[in-house]
Amino acid sequence: MHEMGIVAEVLAAVTTAAESAGAVRVNRVRLTVGELTAVVPDSLQFAWEALAPGTPVEGAVLEVVETPARSRCVDCDLEFEHDRFDRRCPACGSYLCEVLAGNELRIDDVDVDLPDQAPVPSPHEATED
Amino acid sequence: MEIDLSRPILARNEGLARKNRERLAAAGVFAVDILASPGAGKTTTILATIERLRDRYRIAVIEGDIASRVDAEKVASHGIPAVQINTGGACHLEADMVGRALDALPLDGLDLVIIENVGNLVCPTEFDLGQDARVVILSVPEGHDKPLKYPAIFALADAVVLNKYDTLPVFDFDEGEFRESVARLNGAAPIFPVSATKGDGVADWVEWLAGRIEAARTTT
Repeated sequence: MHEMGIVAEVLAAVTTAAESAGAVRVNRVRLTVGELTAVVPDSLQFAWEALAPGTPVEGAVLEVVETPARSRCVDCDLEFEHDRFDRRCPACGSYLCEVLAGNELRIDDVDVDLPDQAPVPSPHEATED
Repeated sequence: MEIDLSRPILARNEGLARKNRERLAAAGVFAVDILASPGAGKTTTILATIERLRDRYRIAVIEGDIASRVDAEKVASHGIPAVQINTGGACHLEADMVGRALDALPLDGLDLVIIENVGNLVCPTEFDLGQDARVVILSVPEGHDKPLKYPAIFALADAVVLNKYDTLPVFDFDEGEFRESVARLNGAAPIFPVSATKGDGVADWVEWLAGRIEAARTTT
């Protein structure tokens, strides 16, 4: 369950970024996770629900974008998408292929509310003198 | 408001791994990370490797385990400096733990550090330690289908050791299928059939490792 440690890193990075931006609330955190990593998106969500409460990131939605695996054949130069179990070149059958995408483990961006963008007061409060 | 971070999730670990790598390179020490499931024969393979290389290189071992000092004591009883890391529950080693272990080793008097990771074929995958090479050990009784169950770790291996090779006749292990599935994940990694307890095949694996150590020396 190394996803716990991964989520802890995300929470720390997002907390720092939100605090230095002066944010009052974190709405959404977007990650990119490559298909070739040993990181399971469902386990990230589970860890998120376990670890985010009580931090400044509490209540934020975790969005995980999965990127497909892509490699280039060293022998015939073909670029191709493949699954996590087989990156043999589909054209020439070579086993020597270099991975171009699929190993990502990245925090992309964070959506936050700043103080001046705080939710509009309710009509009841707004009409109060 | 959107804040663009675009940074690796494990940036902190990656920074510490880079530090370890620079430190090892400055001291002229080669580091190899040994990955396998519990019981595959990591410690036994390490001891067999040490016996073959101890006259050529000054070796130390970093032992990663969730708890206990059993492995470090085993290595130390062979007269090899060993540092035990207890992860206290964590399922893999991280760069900061290895950095602290390096603090406890006389790096200037060493040529090779062997890091025995926690027995696990999943969790260590994403955590760079600052090593020069990563080697996955699989043992015959575990079955030939393991590369299909743990593809990520086989995909990043610089070499694969197939241990307990002497038990091949008594297990339903299809070596051809194993080799094919490793090749489809990682066509560059050599596979070394080894019996660490009996010594068969150890020489080929050790020569590969020595080749990597020598290659690292000539490029630095």
